[in-house]
Amino acid sequence: MEPLIAKLKNEIIGVLNLNDMTPDDIDENAPLFVEGLGLDSIDALELIVLLEKNYGLKIGTAEEGKKILHSVRSMADFIKTNNKA
Amino acid sequence: MKETYHITRYCIIRNNQVQLNGELLFESREMSPSALLTSVYRHFDIPYAKFFKMDNLCKLGFLACEILLRGRDLGQDYQAGDVGIILSNASSSIDADRSHQQSIANQDSYFPSPSLFVYTLANIVIGEICIRHKLQGEGMFFIEDAFNPDILYNSVKQVLDESVARSCITGWVEVNGSEYEAVLYFIEKQASHKSGIAIFDAVNLLNLYQQTE
Repeated sequence: MEPLIAKLKNEIIGVLNLNDMTPDDIDENAPLFVEGLGLDSIDALELIVLLEKNYGLKIGTAEEGKKILHSVRSMADFIKTNNKA
Repeated sequence: MKETYHITRYCIIRNNQVQLNGELLFESREMSPSALLTSVYRHFDIPYAKFFKMDNLCKLGFLACEILLRGRDLGQDYQAGDVGIILSNASSSIDADRSHQQSIANQDSYFPSPSLFVYTLANIVIGEICIRHKLQGEGMFFIEDAFNPDILYNSVKQVLDESVARSCITGWVEVNGSEYEAVLYFIEKQASHKSGIAIFDAVNLLNLYQQTE
């Protein structure tokens, strides 16, 4: 597993209190919302805070947010692209 | 004719014990409310991952309601709007309030947590229970100095007398730091459950509350 993907998975488990899960339980390519982890709108806000707090990144628009928060992979790509990881 | 309602079930979680209708179902050695609540969740093998996202007040109310309705399929007897829920406590959402306050105390690292903030209202525990059991009846949450059977009795009676509800979950769900206590009752109109625990009145609510105090 790529280091950034592994780090992100651990951070997501931590901030979302997914106590029963391990990083291996999370498919980095699966959708985070509805399917996959079944996250909700409060979780989305928590992930936005995570990106800002841990990586200094802000999501500009709701449309951008949908793409960035689609999966762990898309979050990692956003972090890498913005070169602040 | 004046209708009589019945306490058909009650659940108590306090002093590291979980009781249903006076029967001890589980006892934990865990010292903190968080650890105790997790041990109860795991003991009863409840498949509800959202539990871990809740604050301790919601966890306690959620678990007490799970135990209260254990083995009882509400969907068999009731529509979503038939079941009301009226809860009370003394400390409101003080635990979540404290956590939120701590999370925003440092102005140099100001990142309020949405998942903490969302629990800074006591009646969120009613929402969590309603989501879990798909309930859409009347809901109320009272903040009282101590367990007050009169206000619960009068409120539940009003809901059963005057709304479409035919049953009601009511009781006390309190968390403040290391202190916690949940006493929930299921109140029903139906004749088929008249052989329940006791007639629904303030005296019986208090008697059951005091059982293992």
